[in-house]
Amino acid sequence: MLKFVLRRSLVMLLTALCLTFIVFFMTNLAPNLEKLAKSEASARMSDDEVASWLEKNGFGQPLLVRYGEWLGVLPGWTVTENGETRGRCIASPASAADAPAFCGVLQGDWGTSTVFKDSVGSILSRSLGATAWLMLWVMIVMVPTSLLLGVLSGMREGSKLDRVLSTVAIASTATPEYVSGVILVVIFASATAGLSPLLFEWGLISSKTLFLGTATSAMDGITFWNFALPVLTIALYGIGYIARMTRASMTEVMVQQYIRTARLKGVSFRQVVIRHALRNALIAPFTVIMLQFPWLLNGVVIVETLFNYKGFGWTLVQAAGNNDIELLLGCSVVAVFVVLVTQLMSDIGYVFLNPRIRLA
Amino acid sequence: MTDWDNTKPILEIENLSISFFTRLREIPAVMDFSCTVMPGEAMGLVGESGCGKSTVALAVMRDLGKNGRIVGGSIKFKGRDLTNMSEPELRKLRGSEIAMIYQEPMASLNPAMKIGAQLAEVPMIHQGMPRDQALALARQIVADVRLPDPDRILQAYPHQLSGGQQQRIVIAMALMSKPALLILDEPTTALDVTVEAGIVDLVKDLGEKYGTSMLFISHNLGLVLDVCDRLCVMYSGEAVETGNVAQVFDDMRHPYTQALFRSIPLPGADKTSRPLVAIPGNFPLPHERPKGCNFGPRCEYFTDGRCNAGDIPMVPAPGDRHATRCIRSTEIDWNAPIRIGKAVQKTPVGDVVLRMEDLRKYYNVSSGSFGGGVSKVVKANETLSFEAREGETLAIVGESGCGKSTFAKVLMGLETATSGKIFLYNQDIQDTPIEKRSTDTVSSVQMVFQNPFDTLNPSMNVGRQIIRALEIFNEGKSDADRHARMLELLDLVKLPRAFAERMPRQLSGGQKQRVGIARAFAGGAKIVVADEPVSALDVSVQAAVTDLLMEIQRKNRTTLLFISHDLSIVRYLSDRVMVMYLGHVVELGTTDQVFSPPYHPYTEALLSAVPIADTRVKKKRIVLEGDIPSAMNPPPGCPFQTRCRWKSQVPGGLCDREMPPVVTLAAGHQIKCHLSAEVLNGMEPVITIAAE
Amino acid sequence: MSDLLTWTGAAGPVLNPLLLALVALLLLAWVLQFMLSLFASGDTAVVLADGTLAARRGPADLLGMAARWLLLGVLAVVLAYLVLGLVLPGKPAKGIIGAMSAQFWPVWLALIVTFAVSLRFKRKLGLYGKLFDSPVGMVGFGIVLFWIFTAIFADIIITHDPLAQLSGLKNKVPGTPVPGEDNSYYLLGGDSLARDVFSRMVMGARRVLAIAPAATAFAFMVGITLGLPAGYFGGRLDTFLSFIANLVLAFPVILLFYLLVTPEIRVTGIPIILAAALFIFPVIFFCVLWNSRYFTDPKKRNIYVGLTLVIGLWAYSGLAFNADPLGVWSMDPNLLNVFVSVVFVNAPTVFRIVRGIVLDLKARDYVAAGQTRGEGPWYIMLWEILPNARGPLIVDFCLRIGYTTILLGTLGFFGLGVSPESPDWGSTIDDGRRLLSVFPHPAIVPALALMSLVLGLNLLADGLREESLKD
Repeated sequence: MLKFVLRRSLVMLLTALCLTFIVFFMTNLAPNLEKLAKSEASARMSDDEVASWLEKNGFGQPLLVRYGEWLGVLPGWTVTENGETRGRCIASPASAADAPAFCGVLQGDWGTSTVFKDSVGSILSRSLGATAWLMLWVMIVMVPTSLLLGVLSGMREGSKLDRVLSTVAIASTATPEYVSGVILVVIFASATAGLSPLLFEWGLISSKTLFLGTATSAMDGITFWNFALPVLTIALYGIGYIARMTRASMTEVMVQQYIRTARLKGVSFRQVVIRHALRNALIAPFTVIMLQFPWLLNGVVIVETLFNYKGFGWTLVQAAGNNDIELLLGCSVVAVFVVLVTQLMSDIGYVFLNPRIRLA
Repeated sequence: MTDWDNTKPILEIENLSISFFTRLREIPAVMDFSCTVMPGEAMGLVGESGCGKSTVALAVMRDLGKNGRIVGGSIKFKGRDLTNMSEPELRKLRGSEIAMIYQEPMASLNPAMKIGAQLAEVPMIHQGMPRDQALALARQIVADVRLPDPDRILQAYPHQLSGGQQQRIVIAMALMSKPALLILDEPTTALDVTVEAGIVDLVKDLGEKYGTSMLFISHNLGLVLDVCDRLCVMYSGEAVETGNVAQVFDDMRHPYTQALFRSIPLPGADKTSRPLVAIPGNFPLPHERPKGCNFGPRCEYFTDGRCNAGDIPMVPAPGDRHATRCIRSTEIDWNAPIRIGKAVQKTPVGDVVLRMEDLRKYYNVSSGSFGGGVSKVVKANETLSFEAREGETLAIVGESGCGKSTFAKVLMGLETATSGKIFLYNQDIQDTPIEKRSTDTVSSVQMVFQNPFDTLNPSMNVGRQIIRALEIFNEGKSDADRHARMLELLDLVKLPRAFAERMPRQLSGGQKQRVGIARAFAGGAKIVVADEPVSALDVSVQAAVTDLLMEIQRKNRTTLLFISHDLSIVRYLSDRVMVMYLGHVVELGTTDQVFSPPYHPYTEALLSAVPIADTRVKKKRIVLEGDIPSAMNPPPGCPFQTRCRWKSQVPGGLCDREMPPVVTLAAGHQIKCHLSAEVLNGMEPVITIAAE
Repeated sequence: MSDLLTWTGAAGPVLNPLLLALVALLLLAWVLQFMLSLFASGDTAVVLADGTLAARRGPADLLGMAARWLLLGVLAVVLAYLVLGLVLPGKPAKGIIGAMSAQFWPVWLALIVTFAVSLRFKRKLGLYGKLFDSPVGMVGFGIVLFWIFTAIFADIIITHDPLAQLSGLKNKVPGTPVPGEDNSYYLLGGDSLARDVFSRMVMGARRVLAIAPAATAFAFMVGITLGLPAGYFGGRLDTFLSFIANLVLAFPVILLFYLLVTPEIRVTGIPIILAAALFIFPVIFFCVLWNSRYFTDPKKRNIYVGLTLVIGLWAYSGLAFNADPLGVWSMDPNLLNVFVSVVFVNAPTVFRIVRGIVLDLKARDYVAAGQTRGEGPWYIMLWEILPNARGPLIVDFCLRIGYTTILLGTLGFFGLGVSPESPDWGSTIDDGRRLLSVFPHPAIVPALALMSLVLGLNLLADGLREESLKD
């Protein structure tokens, strides 16, 4: 078991290195750097000036060296100019002498955001905190709902309940977040359409809209009215997907011979489902839920943009849209890390849930 | 429920009819079926696949699924009609009064639940027994089904047990609340022969010990003879004959029963002097049953106007509770000698075409989950030496894990040998993988596969598949040429030429197997490896396919390497036999030599384990302990020493330490055993046929 | 200057209350049914004397009957709106729904013809014909076909130039008449730049359906060509390819898009390199396909492989490098960028699916039979294994077109790889969402369109799966 975790961790590390390098390469392409130079120094620089600016700011070295510096395994660059020493790890010329040689991600130095004029580390921790709340609520809504739906519809394949629930699940997987978000806002949070005008007219609500169309205020305090729509928007897509997986796995289990054995042992249908089918049926969805994280991350980005909630996704969009290289790199590392850790967890969890694998 | 009066039947099925309903039509699965099971009696239900025997069992459990319905008749269990019982009432019966055992032991145990919990559940539900008491009972029953170390087994998950152990657990589960009726649906079909023998013994003993009545469903007449008191032969949804086992076996009164017995290889049958008589035609599909007698179109005694006039009722036949569904049962001379099929000349055996010398095949496998563990060497074949001659049939016998499939792979060139030599017409090919072999070599060694449902590509029509083989073997000059040749091959395997356009799913199992044979002979194969070619087919079809293989062999003077675990058929068709166990050849000799003493201890056990459907045959009962060891982890010394009953006859614990040498007993008869010549010569025959 | 159009026109006063009543009753019936099904006993069917199966008339069954009739009623009313829209004269009488229905006439015609022909010959059409046995599949297929025909006939259907901005129609509600033009309306209103929402929605279908199926097909080519050997040979090749696939899959899609689909990246030539790598797969695939099959007959082989090479490389040069000497094949660089990214994102998943199926199928005896008669590995992969994997692959293909549609929408939503003018559904939703709470219609129309297309594809896949399992 330990060996397995170790192996997986090694593969994961290798994957993480490859991925961060790809992101580093893609964000440090020549056109991006040129844009960076122009936005940092002057928009009307000539090509030569851009080149010399880049050279002076440590961008002149080979890509791999710069990647090593960013990672913190190679010493940061230094340039001595007019008696002043500047460098990657040197905050101000005065402290040049006692600045550390290495300053990269491994040392906890994530660089500075050019857009927010703040250190990447603090921006990320702030935005991740905001997103964590969102994800927490999404999970609380999504997981039980989808498992319940899946089990209910899968336990009697072909019944009316199954057909209704399956259709609901299919419809919800067909609705990406940017569509369901729009529809939910129109129905619940539009002053001109949907339910809100009606409710307002009848005097049931005092504000113009039932729910808030943005979640910006949730940054300060989460309430049902500012948070329900974003959470629901992300959860809806996942619910459909996980419910379908659960249903498929449940229907597969329900026709197994051992379910028949249990039934013909005299076990009641309820007990057959709870004692015999459930554990076997939940093995597959567990993996699915874990592997949903990359997609949930997508949903987070869309929903935070749509509802203007300044979490991780919103930050990523800002960084990408404004050529904020260091911040984008930071976001990528976090995203990749989250995805890989969930993959590892899904593998390990699968082994624990499935006795057949554990000791095979 | 109170104890049932022992003079009244436990189970009484009367005129039961069951249908399955599809969107298009009603498909009758069982028609007008009646039978009674008395307390303590074992009733056998015999028939080929699709005859409705399992449907009857499921109807007794009232578990026919969504589409199946009982459309008529009654099933009385201890006098109460099951057909109109409510779900809660049924639930009380299931598992406590009626229990069922299935074909696939692995599939019938919950993989995510410990054995103990699964067993204890039964009395907890039915008797409201507390958990610890139920577990104690489970422990006792597990010991009853002769499983070693019951405490460990109760804590285990199903996948940690071997197939034989799993089936014992399933039996234990069925016995947890001492049911009055036990239904066994092909309980040993998925198991190896020697393991099967153990299970059959157990079932018989337990039946006697607990006084349980049994409904034993099987396609194997030999097994039914071993286990049952009475039997009921089914054909195409109907019971055609029912009676005492002895009566039905010796004084059958239905043409189908007779034809069935004539198509299975019993001792005495021989491929040249007394060939099997195959039942002509095919099993009717459920919605294409003929009018009148279902067996009519295939029956030797069919008379037009009578047999197809109307429904045929069950009529009594001589003997106790013996009945048959044949209106001509009193007219037919049942003792008339078998019309001997055309006896053929024994073909002389030619030169050596294939020779193996000390062939070894080892695999490196990494064990442990996710490939993290140490790599191990699996010795799939150890020092395999033999030769095969032109026109000869060499049977290779053994159970799972004995290395017969690996041997085939190495011969075909799908794998290369680890060491040793294979000579094909004096050309050594052991190191030449198939892609490096010449077309001639490839086309002269071909294979017929086991599973008819797998052997043909489901998305290519029959003709194309044969033509492809012709193309690959460079047969024929043009497309038209090859097409003509393909039609000839269909003729050769006795299939209508129209089948060229059919898709495999439109063919029956036997027909698919014939196409497989045609494909193997497309390049004029000289050596054909037949890997259990008939074991997945129904009994009546087996004979026809076997005959076909023999016939083509005679015509082409092909060398046939016949891999099988079924000793009956091996005795019937092979010239020489090679017995394998865990990668070793333990015995090799002519058929007569192998089937009579002196035996290798394993051959002896194997012979005893094979059920034979003949009341005249007396067998010595030798039941092997335990399961076949894993090839990953073979025992030291002699591979068979863990289960050998003769081990004590070898002095000095030699069996535990040393691999036995190959001993030649007579010309061409060799065994791998430490037993001394005296002990070997003192062995008694396992099978004796009582004089008539 | 005429009045605003109502939604249902002249038919409204009669049909609207009817529809409302029917829908209310239907919902009630469904809720009751749902509650009953939670407590229902499983078995209500009995066998009659004549052997037919009949349902016992319990309350649940009566309710079911009622629900079915009510549903039919609702559908009839909806159909009435559409038919009346076709026959009633004048747009005010037709109403918005009717007028739209009238605009869609070529689509209706094509749908009716297709369905009539397919239903007539369904027994001869294989899996496609069987689709018509499954109601779910039929509905899904209908929706998908609707959008396909819409894309084909988009030029006839639109009422205005989707790019034209007409003054005075900014953010106007659906049914607003166009000033200065007779009998001309913005059927679904105007957007924030005063363009016709209806026409943009129709044109958007063309854009989506031009990219999504083609991109999915390319992803399948790549996934199949790599997945087959990975599953069949296993070993190092499998380890390597699986590692690469997992690498791509570990990227959050949005991040990948932000990195791949930017205008700057075009300068670096990365999209062209990717395109060069991805677009060569179909050519390889078909060459290997023909060669493995016909190598025994060199004449035939040369014809097939030669044709594939000529056509394939010709298209390849045009699509990937924009260097087609005849100028037939070409792709807008912006589009190429989007196309390549979508293929790149989808291919690893297809790879995984194919690999899994191959691992399952390669243990079959017919594969062994192929091996023992000396077939090459590619023949076995492409002609013995692949045809038998078609069921799950077709189903996944449908699902994946839906997924690709969603991805394209995501791209549009973030304004990646599309010109701001483009009627693409994703970018239209993005434009509309800024004023969502005040003027919902510009965003909701493309949102519903996209949703219905993906829903149709999912239902179609579901129907196909159900029917292919019945074999």
